[in-house]
Amino acid sequence: MAQPLIKKDDDRDDESEYSPFLGIEKGAVLQEARVFNDPQLDPRRCSQVITKLLYLLNQGESFTKVEATEVFFSVTKLFQSKDNGLRRMVYLMIKELSPSADEVIIVTSSLMKDMNSKTDMYRANAIRVLCRITDGTLLTQIERYLKQAIVDKNPVVASAALVSGIHLLQTNPEIVKRWSNEVQEAVQSRAALVQFHALALLHQIRQNDRLAVSKLVSNLTRGTVRSPLAQCLLIRFISQVIQESGATQTGDRPFYDYLEACLRHKAEMVIFEAARAITELSGVTSRELTPAITVLQLFLSSSKPVLRFAAVRTLNKVAMMHPMAVTNCNIDMESLISDQNRSIATLAITTLLKTGNESSVDRLMKQITNFMSDIADEFKIVVVEAIRSLCLKFPLKFRSLMNFLSNILREEGGFDYKKAIVDSIVILIRDIPDAKESGLLHLCEFIEDCEFTYLSTQILHFLGVEGPKTSDPSKYIRYIYNRVILENATVRASAVSTLAKFGAMVDSLKPRIFILLRRCLFDSDDEVRDRATLYLNTLGGDGAVVETDEDSKEFLFGSLDVPLSNLETSLKNYEPSEEPFDINSVPKEVKSQPLAEKKATNKKHPGLDTPLAAPSTGVDAYEKLLSSISEFSSFGKLFKSSAPFELTEPETEYAVNVVKHVYDGHIVFQYNCTNTIPEQLLEDVTVMVDASEAEEFSEIASKPLRSLPYDTPGQTFVAFQKPEGVPAVGKFSNNLRFIVKEVDPSTGEVVEEDGMEEDYQLEDVDVVAADYMLRVGVSNFRNAWESIGADFEKVDEYGLGPRESLTEAVNAVISLLGMQPCEGTEVVPNNSRSHTCLLSGVFIGGLKVLVRLQFGLDSSREVAMKLAVRSEDEAVSDTIHEIVASG
Amino acid sequence: MASFSVYRDSCPLVKNILLLDSEGKRVAVKYYSDEWATNAAKLAYEKSVFTKTQKTNARTEAEITMFDSNIVIYKFVQDLHFFVTGGDDENELILDAVLQGFYDAVTLLLRNKVDKSEALENLDLILLCLDEIVDRGMILETDGNVIASKVATSSVDPAAPLSEQTISQALALAREHLTRSLLS
Repeated sequence: MAQPLIKKDDDRDDESEYSPFLGIEKGAVLQEARVFNDPQLDPRRCSQVITKLLYLLNQGESFTKVEATEVFFSVTKLFQSKDNGLRRMVYLMIKELSPSADEVIIVTSSLMKDMNSKTDMYRANAIRVLCRITDGTLLTQIERYLKQAIVDKNPVVASAALVSGIHLLQTNPEIVKRWSNEVQEAVQSRAALVQFHALALLHQIRQNDRLAVSKLVSNLTRGTVRSPLAQCLLIRFISQVIQESGATQTGDRPFYDYLEACLRHKAEMVIFEAARAITELSGVTSRELTPAITVLQLFLSSSKPVLRFAAVRTLNKVAMMHPMAVTNCNIDMESLISDQNRSIATLAITTLLKTGNESSVDRLMKQITNFMSDIADEFKIVVVEAIRSLCLKFPLKFRSLMNFLSNILREEGGFDYKKAIVDSIVILIRDIPDAKESGLLHLCEFIEDCEFTYLSTQILHFLGVEGPKTSDPSKYIRYIYNRVILENATVRASAVSTLAKFGAMVDSLKPRIFILLRRCLFDSDDEVRDRATLYLNTLGGDGAVVETDEDSKEFLFGSLDVPLSNLETSLKNYEPSEEPFDINSVPKEVKSQPLAEKKATNKKHPGLDTPLAAPSTGVDAYEKLLSSISEFSSFGKLFKSSAPFELTEPETEYAVNVVKHVYDGHIVFQYNCTNTIPEQLLEDVTVMVDASEAEEFSEIASKPLRSLPYDTPGQTFVAFQKPEGVPAVGKFSNNLRFIVKEVDPSTGEVVEEDGMEEDYQLEDVDVVAADYMLRVGVSNFRNAWESIGADFEKVDEYGLGPRESLTEAVNAVISLLGMQPCEGTEVVPNNSRSHTCLLSGVFIGGLKVLVRLQFGLDSSREVAMKLAVRSEDEAVSDTIHEIVASG
Repeated sequence: MASFSVYRDSCPLVKNILLLDSEGKRVAVKYYSDEWATNAAKLAYEKSVFTKTQKTNARTEAEITMFDSNIVIYKFVQDLHFFVTGGDDENELILDAVLQGFYDAVTLLLRNKVDKSEALENLDLILLCLDEIVDRGMILETDGNVIASKVATSSVDPAAPLSEQTISQALALAREHLTRSLLS
């Protein structure tokens, strides 16, 4: 392959290599730069010196501040020369030096003169240089010239101004936006590239105005687009417009027809851009996809590697979403496996892996093995991921796929690559029971010689969970204990934990584990010794072989059920005292972003007399606030606070939202009120709640707000008693009652002492089942699902009726239950007909609940759902079904 | 250049253009993205681009590869290696057009004698050429003839006196003139 290259090298070795820059040295060149100051300039000499300076910069040499300033000043002298070539080098040099603001002033007048020169080349370059080095203030001075330049008849000048405009838009948008008219005119230019640059700038000026963009685009689709580049740009704008005008748009797509027409353009660049745009449209139908796939298929057999690469890369992406659409290209794809270009071969293979069937797996694997060593890590990761999904698709083939993974695990590779392999093996072990034992052994062998601490600890942890459940756990001990002997402290510590897990789960191994753990007591690292001591005590390592009790098992295997960010906040708030830190006091709720709350806090006025601090987000803050109110202090621990719910329309006189605070036997409504009328002061603000549609609730306390001045949020509370631990639901209607007093808005003084009593109707509040559910995630759903057991599992099926999409159905059920989606299962892939969603949460009373939802969509868009609940209490499992049945 | 990502999904952008020699050393390079902030990062990038592409045969057609979430299109001529880098969601054929434009322009400017010593001898032309192809990531021109003519109009003395050319250059030029006149 590299024949000609080697030959050339041999030739060259004979004649000694000559470079004009041989032995070049910065100091000497800087000395030479003094010729710039000669009264009689020698343009040729000066050009050469500038080239040398540029060469130095290009090689990575840098000038000190002083040197740069000196060079800059002497270069500016060269504007005296009339030599074209020298001037070009001067422009280049100034751009490279990127002078500071005070230096820029020196060249401004020279550059402005060039900007108005008769020589087109001067004008174009002076514009680019000046726009590059200028700041906002100078820009207003030259704006007039730039506007002229945009519509200059010389295309080079116009392009220079337009491209400079694109860059300036980032720093001085308000100025560039004033050039719209000129840019608009330039879009009509006959010069191909001017149109391209003008189109790019115009779109950027208008990109926030959807309507304008849409209009611009549809005008252009009817006009002439002169350069392939501009056409590509137009295609990108069109697909943005299509995307923004609604993803689920059905019926005719006016812009789609244009994209399809572009597939017949004469430039390959445009054909490809259009094909790619079509494949990336969301909700594209197979009929729409076909013409794009057809042109890409033609590209696959092109003689140009770039074209083959572009086509196969795009088809690879299409295969993820629409594998069936790509199967037509399989024959062309197979011939690409032996492509000289390894990148193309990889993409071809992974595409085939996605579209292939069970019988072709073995043949493909053979072909892949041959070329794995030739390709870059990025591509290897792609292959590994494709193989993982293939294995999940065809579990019967796991043996050959697992072998392949373990082979490549042994070869050289970077962290990301190794991580991808390990992750794949872990997933296969989890999902294919037969693959467990062999997979674990492959991982054990890998950590024997693994240079990545992170991967070693991950694998050790995984071994601790899965290893004890295998038929012969003892065979893993050797691998684990080897880590204790050979590795760094981090890995040693996690190996100790893993050993302890084997000890806890496998009674027969206990004595041996104790011996090993005791050896770890003499480790040089604190953490390792601490862990060993801790586990020896937990497992009763004082010699007696006892059955490990549930508590220690929970301690060793239980997952941390509090979100780490909450734990962090709690630890930061904890003040060292006699009372130890209690992990149960950490709120378990995963924080969601309350949007309405932000609005209320933003308007806070400092200095005014507020009875309570404005509400801040987060359970912590609520808890603090509520426990400071004596009436509520006896309610016990706050279980959950809801997100604020608006009880008034926006822009009304009084803005009120409510936060529901749920306790075991009580519920507290916190009404956040804001008075938006400057002429009024509200006093004795209460909310009269009618609980007639909420039979199980009875009002026990109400805390009025003494005064509510203009624009300062305040809170009033109403508390209800409800049956302990029962998820009672109901509807509450609310009336805001207050005494209104007139105020002089300029002074803030009350004009009228006697106020009027007034009522103000608010929206209703519902207490729903989801209010009794905390959104608590689990890190590993499958483990949690198995450990909670099937004792109280309840399964039932529901018909959800016709729905827009699966996504909509999934979201509806999630918000109905108020649970935390796990492992990203709330996202439904486009166009899928079925979906499984995993939810977890904690129900009132602190009971863990896990839900597995399986959705299916039939041809008439009817959604059916199978709901499986596992929890720690039968009643809770039933309640979940009741919630869904009634929702 | 911090704003490089702002116009990401609309405009085709070029992240860098490299011209290296057959040992991976710089002849001329130009970076338009701040993805490689230091000279060390740039050198490391050049080294990995060079080693990853070294064994391939990119002499007849431009070749392409992908790494670090970038697309690299390259072409080798004699002891010169031409590279153009763009983002991984870029249209490969646009980057290819940039590479082709650069290569064509250099070929014209070096009067068909495309090799390292000639390129260094005319480094000013190569640098101007880079300046005319891409401006801070935005493609200015992709037609090699146009690029070369923009650069050539400004060369110090367009028709370098024969005395300053080496004998072999003069011969090459003469041969070229001859073939042209025969063909036309």
